[in-house]
Amino acid sequence: MEPVLEVKDLSISFTQYQGGTRCRVLPVIRRLSLTIEAGQVVAVVGSSGSGKSLLAHGILGILPYNSHMEGELRYRGEPLTPRRAERLRGREIVLVPQGVTYLDPLMKVGPQLRGGRRDVQAKRQSREVLARYGLGPETEERYPFELSGGMARRVLIATAAAQSPRLLIADEPTPGLDARAAGRILGHFQEIAQQGAGVLLITHDLELALTIAQKVAVFYAGETVEEAAAEDFAAGRLRHPYTNALWNALPQNGFTPIPGSQPWPGEEGSGCPFAPRCPRRSAACAGDIPWRIVNGGQVRCLYPEGGEKP
Amino acid sequence: MSLEAKHISFRYRKKGTVLEDISLTVEPGERVGLAGPSGRGKTTLCKLLAGYQRPAKGQVLLDGKPLGEYRGLCPVQMIWQHPETAVDPLLRLKDSVHEAGPVDQSLLDAFHIQPGWLERYPAELSGGELQRFCIARALAPGVKYLLCDEVTAMLDPITQAQIWNVLLEAAQARRLGLLIVSHDSALLERLCTRIQPL
Repeated sequence: MEPVLEVKDLSISFTQYQGGTRCRVLPVIRRLSLTIEAGQVVAVVGSSGSGKSLLAHGILGILPYNSHMEGELRYRGEPLTPRRAERLRGREIVLVPQGVTYLDPLMKVGPQLRGGRRDVQAKRQSREVLARYGLGPETEERYPFELSGGMARRVLIATAAAQSPRLLIADEPTPGLDARAAGRILGHFQEIAQQGAGVLLITHDLELALTIAQKVAVFYAGETVEEAAAEDFAAGRLRHPYTNALWNALPQNGFTPIPGSQPWPGEEGSGCPFAPRCPRRSAACAGDIPWRIVNGGQVRCLYPEGGEKP
Repeated sequence: MSLEAKHISFRYRKKGTVLEDISLTVEPGERVGLAGPSGRGKTTLCKLLAGYQRPAKGQVLLDGKPLGEYRGLCPVQMIWQHPETAVDPLLRLKDSVHEAGPVDQSLLDAFHIQPGWLERYPAELSGGELQRFCIARALAPGVKYLLCDEVTAMLDPITQAQIWNVLLEAAQARRLGLLIVSHDSALLERLCTRIQPL
């Protein structure tokens, strides 16, 4: 069976004007490749500002007008053109957005869930889907400002799940949820995957990604630096120095931050974007870094952990 | 001067009672973790303690005096879960960050705030970058208590560890009292001097 979604060498850039007339092109995602099979949960993990959300917007064809996308997107074996994306989004391809600000502040939850339909059946469905996420029927009568952060997020997920999707893209679905609620939400994503849909989980939360994803792609400054199986993390089989740094910064694994911050788009030099913060860097890191297979996973690094020393 | 919530209750007009007879004390230098499922009223409790809302019953006291009697910059400041809702979208960050008075360059450096970010509008920064500004702004002189409502819930582990390291250092140096709300029990274990369930 063909994969639900194939992304090949995807690059997204923005055109910006500076000082009125000077035009510059900002690359925000470079050479991203990713495959999602039916029934699979694939996580894209990266820090804020790494371009993760743009990946979701690129797939859905809702990037802003000043952006430019290159590379290949295929959905169920056929090219995902902007026109096709427009027809499918909200039906077969759904998004659980990042911000609670994606809800209409002037519309009650019920009508937002029903998307304009007013018949009895729509009403029954919207109650069912709310109940599935642990929200009572009274939620329908509330405005978004009357919801707690966690409830608003469940409403966003309910809106997406109401459509029986084939590809669900979840953009940071769980911050602000307690462990039990987050576990329940993830369980629902897993359920949606088991019914044959592909799930793309975009998150900064490594722990969360590891609990349900089979495959994790680690994103840094717009590049995929590593693609690993979920079990590689606890087993200490990580390849890229950045992935290691992420793992060691978790509160339960040491809480040790590495200094510096991720370069903003346009500020990264040539070669590896992580090189300025990397303990294993050498002069060669400023050159082209190939995407290669190491110990069963893929990595974009000249001196991966477990490989040769610089 | 301790921050006290004394038997406070609160209800929203339609939603019914959110908090009932809650008492809580935070001493200077203390870091109290607040855990509880979503919808339990953790954010509401923070809003009451910061003076954004008034309790229906009970009192919020700072140093034995009702919080409402303090004039000027409130000594209890809240850092919000969603920083994009806590800054004026039409102000450049260099103006937003100084809203509570001038902020030390050393503080901006400690939070790794790049000079270029100051010229940007909130929509041009990521959540983690905005949150650094919000925390720097809340650390104004005269602030004694910080209420941290899931402040790093949307950040990656490296940024989370960086921000908490700076924030804890500032809190210890100034003997600030912290109320830390988080759903991440490993994080609360790491940060707090005691944990109170809600």
